[in-house]
Amino acid sequence: MWNSPAEFFAMGGYALYVWSSFGVCVLVLVLEPLAVRARFKAIVRRLKREVLAEHFDNEGSK
Amino acid sequence: MSALLTIIRRDLLLVMRRKSEVLTALFFFVIVTSLFPLGIGADSALLRKIAPGVLWVAALLSTLLGLQRMFAADYIDGTLEQLALSPKPLVLLVIGKIIAHWLVCGLPLVILAPVIGLQFDLDISSLKVLMLALLLGTPILSLLGSIGAALTLGVRGGSVLMSLLILPLYIPVLIFGAGAVYANSVGLDVTGHFSLLGALFILALAFVPWVSTAAVKIAIE
Amino acid sequence: MNHLNTLSTNRALNWFRFSSPSTFYPVAGKMIPWFWALSIIFGVAGLWVSFFVAPVDAVQGQGYRIIFIHVPTSWMSMFIYLVMAAWAGLGLIFNTRLSAMMAQALAPIGAWMAFLSLWTGAFWGKPMWGAWWVWDARLTSELILLFLYLGFIALQASIDNARRADKAGAILALVGVVNVPIIYFSVKWWNTLHQGASVSLTKAPAMAQTMLWGMLLMALCLWMYSIAVGLMRVRAIILEREAHTDWVRQLNEVKN
Repeated sequence: MWNSPAEFFAMGGYALYVWSSFGVCVLVLVLEPLAVRARFKAIVRRLKREVLAEHFDNEGSK
Repeated sequence: MSALLTIIRRDLLLVMRRKSEVLTALFFFVIVTSLFPLGIGADSALLRKIAPGVLWVAALLSTLLGLQRMFAADYIDGTLEQLALSPKPLVLLVIGKIIAHWLVCGLPLVILAPVIGLQFDLDISSLKVLMLALLLGTPILSLLGSIGAALTLGVRGGSVLMSLLILPLYIPVLIFGAGAVYANSVGLDVTGHFSLLGALFILALAFVPWVSTAAVKIAIE
Repeated sequence: MNHLNTLSTNRALNWFRFSSPSTFYPVAGKMIPWFWALSIIFGVAGLWVSFFVAPVDAVQGQGYRIIFIHVPTSWMSMFIYLVMAAWAGLGLIFNTRLSAMMAQALAPIGAWMAFLSLWTGAFWGKPMWGAWWVWDARLTSELILLFLYLGFIALQASIDNARRADKAGAILALVGVVNVPIIYFSVKWWNTLHQGASVSLTKAPAMAQTMLWGMLLMALCLWMYSIAVGLMRVRAIILEREAHTDWVRQLNEVKN
């Protein structure tokens, strides 16, 4: 179908439109899970700190 | 029935004591509609074309301004809770508030709009259609708006949020309402628009009071 | 408490076992990698069909290939809204927190799908019809759908009390779901009234079999992706909202 990689990237003249569309989609579909991962890590970090703090609290009051 | 009338009378009385709140919403309508010719130019052919849209959008926005008053004051001083605890069904009281809101915000628009329509050089038959469309449409705006007002009770930045929530729901009313006036101005038939407006009105009347009541209960629990 | 979990041999009732955040959290964790795998497989297959199997279009040249991402994102944006409203409704009826959390987890995904649909629609429209934006019925309805998503997210973000946010959001989502067909119909009518049947972004090239397969595979890819990211986000939400509970404190990732 495509005679060369150059032809593939040129997309018959529609390169800007096709690659902008697919490109932004890939960007969003990659960044969103990364953002969710960051949110998950943040809450886990906060919980770890709280558990640690409680632990020290308990040790200290013994 | 008397509970309904009592609530309507009470809300109207409260409004009469603070006339400025209502008058400001109406002045807003007048001012906003005047802004468009100032911004676009006084070409009467153009104004006639944009008049339906401009008048309807201004009507939507001033209804939104008035909606903030529907539940907020009663929520803040605890009256809403007392109303919810009363032996009368809360739905009835919510319907009463919606009717009061329409009487104060919607009906004046119906009366004012033809006057503003003259500024846009609309012909008499279009003005009539405009009045009728608003007469049918503004109750729908009050009904749908009550959902937004109830959902955003006591919420930070509630008034702006309410606009964001309700405006998408207003779009069908806008389309059919403004479309009716536009169709009339180019000589097309308006019965389709009015039947759809009527259908929206009946749908809204049948379902919205219960939805708003549920939203009010969520807000005060 | 135990008798609730072993309530019956009736499988249907046993589903309530997973309506507890504590039982659902580990299950979701195990499912996520599988959905990512499925998403990638479907994605690779779909992109392969889109770029190397589907033939060039006589009218639109290579540019029509945007359809393979535009249509799936549109489908997903609408589908996710329905699913989100369903979860929110379930949460309202059965008073289950987790259902509401699922709705909250899905909303941003749906909003991004709506945005991508609009973006790809604009980039498809520009070369084909000469304008970045046309007031086509579907694009306009898609824009309004994005507003509905944003409203839902904004409402939940501005209510501090979590349970009140859940219920208020549920009402908004359900009202939205009822309104989406009304809005779509009214916008469609408005479109024909003002523009005639002239411009229609939905006038896709006549569907060759391969084209349909390409769209289907991409749609499946996005569906699996949405489930994967939805589960990821709901796990974060569960931890945030159940932070005070014992079972969270006992989790391996938290106990160091």
